[in-house]
Amino acid sequence: MIRYIIRRLLYAIPILVGVNVLTFALFFFVNTPNDMARFHLGIKRVTPQAITEWKIEHGYNDPLFYNARAPGIDKLTRTIFFQHSVKLLVFDFGQSDSGRDIGYDIRQRMWPSLAIQVPTFVVGLAVYISVALMTVFFRGTYLDLGGVILAVVMMSISMLFYVIGGQYLFSKVLRLVPISGYDTGLSAFKFVVLPVVLGIVSGIGASMRLYRTFFLEEAPRDYVRTARAKGLSEIRVLFRHVLKNAMIPILTGVVVVIPTLFIGGLIMESFFGIPGLGAYTIDAVRSQDFGIVHAMVYLGAVLYIVGLIMTDLAYTLVDPRVRLE
Amino acid sequence: MAFKFVLLPTDALLYLLVVVAVIYGMYAARHEHLRAPWRQVRRNPVAMAALVVLAAYVATGLLDSIHFRMRLDVPGAGHHQAIYAPQVRSVLDVLCGPLRKHVERTYSAPFALRSFTPQMVRLPGGQRVLEYPRLQYGGAGIRTSTDRARDIALRCLRATGETLALWVALVCAVVWWRVRHPGEFMRTAFVRLARGATDTPWRTILVTLAVVILLVAAIVNLGGEYHILGTDQVGQDVLYEAIKSIRTGLVIGTLSTLVMLPFAVAMGVMAGYFGGWVDDLIQYLYTTLNSIPSVLLIIAVILSLQLYMANHAASIDNIAQRQDIRLLALCVVLGVTSWTGLCRLLRGEAMKLRNMDYIQAATALGVRSRSIMTRHILPNVMHIVLISVVLDFSGLVLAEAILSYIGVGVDPSMNSWGNMINGARLELARDPVVWWSLAAAFLFMVTLVLAANLFADAVRDAFDPRLRTS
Amino acid sequence: MNILAGRLRRMAALLGLFTLLLARPQPLWAQWNDPYPQRDSGRNILYAAFTERPKRLDPAQAYSSDEYTIISQIYEPPFEYQYLLRPYTLVPLTARAIPKPVYLDSKGRRLPADAPADRIAYSVYTIHIRHGILYQPSPCFARNASGQYLYQSLTAAQLRGIRTLSGFRHTGTRELVAADYVYEIKRLASPWVQSPLFSVLRHYIVGFKRFARTVGHLRATLPRVDGRPPYIDLAQVPMVGVKVLGRYTYSIEVRGKYPQFLYWMAMPFFAPMPPEAAHFFSQPGMARRDLTLDWYAVGTGPYMLTVNNPAREMVLQRNPNYHPDFYPRRGDSSDVKDGLLKDAGMRLPFINRVVFIRERETIPYWDKFMQGYYDESGVSAESFNQVVQYSPGGQAQLTPAMRARGIRLVTSTAPSIMYYGFNMLDPVVGGYSRRSRLLRRAISIAINTRQYILIFRNGRGIPAQSPLPPGIFGYQPGCAGRDPYVYDCVDGRIRRKPIAVARRLLAEAGYPDGRDQRTGKPLLLYYDTPETGPEAKANMDWMRKQFRKLNIQLVIRSTDYNRFQQKMRQGEEQIFSWGWNADYPDPEDFLMLLYGPNSEVKFNGENSANYNDPEFNRLFNEMRNMNNGPARAAIIRRMVSLVQRDAPWVWGYYPVSYLLRQAWVHNVKPNYMATNNLKYLRLDPALRARDRKAWNRPVVWPLWVIAALLVAVMLPAVLVYRQKERKSPL
Repeated sequence: MIRYIIRRLLYAIPILVGVNVLTFALFFFVNTPNDMARFHLGIKRVTPQAITEWKIEHGYNDPLFYNARAPGIDKLTRTIFFQHSVKLLVFDFGQSDSGRDIGYDIRQRMWPSLAIQVPTFVVGLAVYISVALMTVFFRGTYLDLGGVILAVVMMSISMLFYVIGGQYLFSKVLRLVPISGYDTGLSAFKFVVLPVVLGIVSGIGASMRLYRTFFLEEAPRDYVRTARAKGLSEIRVLFRHVLKNAMIPILTGVVVVIPTLFIGGLIMESFFGIPGLGAYTIDAVRSQDFGIVHAMVYLGAVLYIVGLIMTDLAYTLVDPRVRLE
Repeated sequence: MAFKFVLLPTDALLYLLVVVAVIYGMYAARHEHLRAPWRQVRRNPVAMAALVVLAAYVATGLLDSIHFRMRLDVPGAGHHQAIYAPQVRSVLDVLCGPLRKHVERTYSAPFALRSFTPQMVRLPGGQRVLEYPRLQYGGAGIRTSTDRARDIALRCLRATGETLALWVALVCAVVWWRVRHPGEFMRTAFVRLARGATDTPWRTILVTLAVVILLVAAIVNLGGEYHILGTDQVGQDVLYEAIKSIRTGLVIGTLSTLVMLPFAVAMGVMAGYFGGWVDDLIQYLYTTLNSIPSVLLIIAVILSLQLYMANHAASIDNIAQRQDIRLLALCVVLGVTSWTGLCRLLRGEAMKLRNMDYIQAATALGVRSRSIMTRHILPNVMHIVLISVVLDFSGLVLAEAILSYIGVGVDPSMNSWGNMINGARLELARDPVVWWSLAAAFLFMVTLVLAANLFADAVRDAFDPRLRTS
Repeated sequence: MNILAGRLRRMAALLGLFTLLLARPQPLWAQWNDPYPQRDSGRNILYAAFTERPKRLDPAQAYSSDEYTIISQIYEPPFEYQYLLRPYTLVPLTARAIPKPVYLDSKGRRLPADAPADRIAYSVYTIHIRHGILYQPSPCFARNASGQYLYQSLTAAQLRGIRTLSGFRHTGTRELVAADYVYEIKRLASPWVQSPLFSVLRHYIVGFKRFARTVGHLRATLPRVDGRPPYIDLAQVPMVGVKVLGRYTYSIEVRGKYPQFLYWMAMPFFAPMPPEAAHFFSQPGMARRDLTLDWYAVGTGPYMLTVNNPAREMVLQRNPNYHPDFYPRRGDSSDVKDGLLKDAGMRLPFINRVVFIRERETIPYWDKFMQGYYDESGVSAESFNQVVQYSPGGQAQLTPAMRARGIRLVTSTAPSIMYYGFNMLDPVVGGYSRRSRLLRRAISIAINTRQYILIFRNGRGIPAQSPLPPGIFGYQPGCAGRDPYVYDCVDGRIRRKPIAVARRLLAEAGYPDGRDQRTGKPLLLYYDTPETGPEAKANMDWMRKQFRKLNIQLVIRSTDYNRFQQKMRQGEEQIFSWGWNADYPDPEDFLMLLYGPNSEVKFNGENSANYNDPEFNRLFNEMRNMNNGPARAAIIRRMVSLVQRDAPWVWGYYPVSYLLRQAWVHNVKPNYMATNNLKYLRLDPALRARDRKAWNRPVVWPLWVIAALLVAVMLPAVLVYRQKERKSPL
C-alpha cells in the first residue's frame, strides 16, 4: 500500500515538470518580460531604463529557457524558467509581481473558496444521490418520467442563467441575502448560502441523470433480487445494496470534480464577490501576473494528482475486489 | 461574376464534416451492425423530433457558412481588375436582409413602435422635451398600438395560412412516398399516420416540422416590419443576432471534438494496441494535459492568439477572417482540453480488442500492425467516437457562454450567445429591465442544447446502452 | 411505521423550526442582506469601494486615481487645493504659506519678480512648514524607554509570526520636519524607486540628474547584503538644488521660470517621507511578508491605513495625531445655498473610519448603493433612466423615486478629455498634406460624438472642440470656441456639419464614396483600442457604423492594454481612442499632448498622435511659462486654431460626471484636483441606519411558495410509495 502510494507520487513528478514547461511556454509566448514590466510600471511616463530596472529587480532579465552567455551548467539554470520552476517544485511560490507572498495569499484565499465549494460539493452530492435514488425508486411511474424530463431541461440551461437569475431574484428583488461580499466565521453564512444553492441547482440535472443510470445498472442484478426476495423493503434495498455498489462509478466521477472545484469557483466567486482562489486567478490573468498563474496551475495539477491517488485508495475501501498492484 | 466566394477555415471544416457525415451514412446503410442501431434511433419519436429541430439549426448554420464578397461597380472606366467589397456576407445575411439592415438608434422592446430610451428633443420654440422617439423601421407606417395589434394579427394569420398550405403538401408527399404501403389506399395510410402507427414516427416529425415552419413563416412575415425580439444597445435586431449566433454555437459544438478527433483516435488506438512505452508516453501526455485546469489553458492560448493576430494584423484584414481564426482557435483549444477523455476510452477499448481471437489470429498471420489497426480495430471503436461527438456537443455549446463571460470566448465582435448573455447582464441592471437579449439567447440556446441532449440520449441508448459519460 | 413517513415527519418538524426562525419579530439579522458586520451598524463609518486593488501606495510611485483615493488621505504634500473655490486655488496644507519664487539669472543674481522669462535661469522656492505636526502612530518610530528604536534593526526572531503591520506591538510618532520633504524628493530621483515623475523632474530640479547618477552608482558598487542591494541613506547624499535650511524650512531650485511647479508640489509625490519608515520597510524579511511602502503608508494626514487586504477591503482609520485642520470658511457663491458652508471652521476630519470594499463590478455596487450600503455612487449608463430625468428646461434632475429616498445629485465637468487620435506618422491618415487633412476632417464630421454621448453616456458629456476642457484656462465656451471645420454655428448654437459635407471632403481628398480614386479599391482604415470583451462590442459596432456613413471600412484591432501601449509606442496604430485627466489645472498639461518634442514614438512622451507642427511647438514654449492673462489666452487661441486646422484628433468629448450621494452624506463637492477630499465629508449614521432598515425588508413569501411546490411534488411521491409498498415486492 505505502509502496504503491510512493510509486504513484514518483510518477507524479514528470507530470508536474511537464505541466510546468507547458504553462511556462504558453504564458511567456503571450507575455514577454518587457510587457510585464510596462504593465506593472503603470500608464504614464515609463522610461526604458525603468523597465530594465524592474526586470532586474524581479528576476526577469535572464533568458527564458537557455542562457547562452552563462558558463557550464548555468546555461540551463540561469534562466527564468529554471529559477521559477525549481522553487515551485518544493511549494515555494515566491512573490507575485506586485510584491506579495503568493503562498500566504493562497492560504488566505483558500478559505472563502472552500466555504463555497465544500458545501456545494457535499450537500450537492447528497441531494443528487437522493434525487436519483428517488427516481429509481419510482421508476416506471410518471414521477420518474417527469424527473428525467426535468433533468434534461435543467441540464440544457447554461449555468450562467441560474447565476444571473438567482442573483437577480434573491438578492436584488427579494433582498434575502447580500448582493455580494464576504465575511469570515459564522457571518459567512449569508454570503455563501445563495452561491451554494445555485451551484447545487445548476448541477442537479446532469448529476441526477448520471447517477440514475448508475443505479439502474445495479438494480436488475441478482443480489438485488435476492435482497428483495428476502423481504427487505424497497428503501432498504436501495440504500443498503444498490447505493453501495453504485458508489464505485460515483466515486470516479467525484474525483474528476475535485480539480474543477477551482474552476467552478471562477464564475461563482466573480459573480458574488467572494475573495477566493477563483477570483485570485482571474485577477492574476487580468493583471498578467505570471507568478500567480504559474502557482495556481501547479497547485491545480498537484491537487488533480492527489485526487487520482485518492480514488485508487477509495476503490479498495468500497470494493474489496480491487487490489492495488 | 457578381460575387466571389470566400472560404473561411471553419466553413471548410464544416463542409468536410458534412461530406464525412454523408460518407458515413452511405457506409452505415450498407452494414447491418450499423444500420440496426440507427433504425432504433429512427423509431424513437423524441429523437426524431429533436432531429427535426437540430436539422433546422444545422440548415441555418450551413446557410450562414456560404460566404462571399459582392463585386463593386467600378467608378470610371479603365479598371480591368474586378474589385470586391471588403465585407464578407453569407447566404443567411442575404436572406435576413431586412433584419440585418433595420438598425435603430438604440434599445427598443419587442414589437415596439418607439425607442426604449427617451431622448431630448428641442421644440421649435426652443423648449426641450423628453420623448420616446419613433423607431425608424420598427412598425414603420403603423400609428397606434391598436393598429399594430391588428397588423400583427393579420401577419400571423398569413403566416399560419402559408404554413398550413406548405405543411399539407408536405404531409401528402410524406404519406405518398414513405407511409403508404404498396397498394394501400391513401386514406388508410393517413389514418395510420394520424394514429401514430407508422414504423418511423412520422406523426411526431410532421408536427415538429409544422412548428418549425410556423416559426420561420412568422419571422418572414413579421421580421421585416417589427423587431420581434427588440433591438440592442446600438439598435441591432436581437433576433438577427440570435440567428447569427447559431453558426457559432454549431461550429463550437461540432468542430471542437472534430479538430482533435484524428489525433485522439490515433493516440488512443495506438496506446491500447501497442501498450508498452507507447502506451506510457501517450498516457503521460494526456495525464499532463488533463491535470492543467482547462480554463487556464484556454486563457493562455486565446491570449497568445490575440498577440499573433496583433503581430500579423496586415495579413488579416478582414473582420470575418479575424473572427473565424479566433473561433477556430477556440475550437482547437476546447478540443485539446477534451480529447483526453475520448483517448482514454479508446485506449481501453483497443486493449480489449487486442486480445480478441480474430485479432490475435491476424497478428499470428503476420498482418502488419497498421492494417490491423485501421481494418479491425478502428471500425470497432467508431461507435465510441460517434457517441462521444454527439454527447460532447451540448456541453461545448454551454462552455462557449462561460468562456465568453471570463473573456476568453469567441471574438467579442462576433455574434454568439455567450456574448449576448454577457451584454445582457448589464442590461438586467437597467430599470426598467431590458430582458429581451437575455431571453433571446436563452430560448435559442436551450432549444438547441435540449434537442442535442435528447438526440444524444437516443443515439447512446441505441449504440451502447452501457457506455457512460465520464 | 415506515421509514419514509418518519422522515417526512421529521422534515415537517424542521420546516416548523425554520418557520419559527423566519417569523421571529426580530429576525437573526436586522437586515438579512446587510453585507457588513452587525456591530458596525450605526457607527460613523463611510463605505466606499475599489475595483482594482491599488498597485502602489508609495507616494513616489503612485500616479493613478485609485491609488490617490487612498494615499491622499494619508500623505500630506505642502500644499493642497482649496476644497470649495473654483477655479482651483492652491492653499497651504503643511506649509505656512504658498511661497513666492525668487528668480535668479544664469550667474545667480537675484532678478525682480516681473523679470522677462528668458532672463530667468533659476527659480528658488523656499517652503516653511508648520510646527508641531505629528506623524501617525507607526512601529517605525517605536522606541524603548532608553530612546532606542525598537524595530529598526529587526532580527528573524522578532519577525517570526508577523504578517501584517499590526503584528508589531509598539508604535511611536515624531514631529514632521523639513528634512522629510527633502528625503522624498531624493527618493523621486533614485533610479530604483522608478518614479513616474522622474522624466519630468530631471529637466527642472537642479542637481536631480546628478543625484540620480550618484546614488545609482553607489547602489551598484556597494556590496550587496544577503544578495539584496544595499540600503542607501539618501539623507547623506546631497542634491544641489534641494536644501534643508532649518528644522522647518527647505528650498527647491528649479531651472528657468516654471510656474506649474507649485502644482506638482501639491501632488503626493512631494509628500514627506520619514527616513525611519523607508529604512524600516527596507529591512530584510519585510518585503517577503508583504510589509512594504506599497502596502502600508506612514503619513501625517487625517487617516491611516490599518487594514490592507487586497482581496476584500482596505480600512482607513482616523489618525489620532492629526494636526489641527479646519473646514474652509470661503466658498463659491452657490456653496452657501448648497449647504456646503455649514461646517465652516469645524475641526477635520468628521468621519472616524472609511471602509473600501473590493467590488469588481458596477452592478453589485449600484444595487448595494440603492440598498443604502454604499454612501456615494456614480450613475452608470444602465441605471441612468432610473435615476435622472430632464426638466423642461433641459436641466438634469433626479427622478421622484430617487428624491423620495433623499438621494441628491451633484453634477460637474471633469478637467479631462476623451478623444480619437490619428497617428500623424501613418501614411494614410497622417501627414500634413491637403489630402490627409481633408480625410481627417471628413472623419471628424462623420464620428458623431453627440450621438455617442447620448447612447453610451446618456448625454453626460460635452462634445469637445479643442484639447482644452472647461475649467482650464483658455477654454472658450459657445460658438466662439467651436472647431469651424467640424461644426457650424446656427442661431448661436454649435451644430455638427451635415454628413454630406464630410462626403464632399472625402471626395476632395481623393476617396469619392470611400473608394480610392487611383486604384478604385475601397478605403480600409484601422482602429486600435485597448477595449476587449463583450462590453466593448456595442462600442465597436457604433464606431463601424460611423465610418460606414462615409462608406469607409473600419477594421477594429482590439488588443489587451499592454499590446495596445506597445503599438502606440511603436507608431503602428492608425486611429485610436484615448483620454487624458488633468495632472494640474493648467492648459500646459493638455497642450503638451500635441507638442512635437513630446511625441510618443520619437521621444516616449505623451503626444500619442505624434503631431508635430513647428509653429505650434514654438507657441507652446512661449506659452508654458507665462502667467495666466490676455497675452497667454491669445497664444492659446492661436495654438488651438492650428490643431483645429490640422485635425490630429477627432475631438471626442469632455466627460460630465454625475455623482449621487445619500441623504446622510454631507459636504460633497467634486474637486478633481483635491484628492484628499475624505476629510471634508460628514455622515449622519442614525439616518443611515433608519433608511437601511426601511429599504431592506426581506420578501419572504416566495420561500413559502418554493416550499409548497416541494411539498406538492413530494405528496404524490408519498402516495405512489404507499401504493408500491402495499403491493408485494417484484
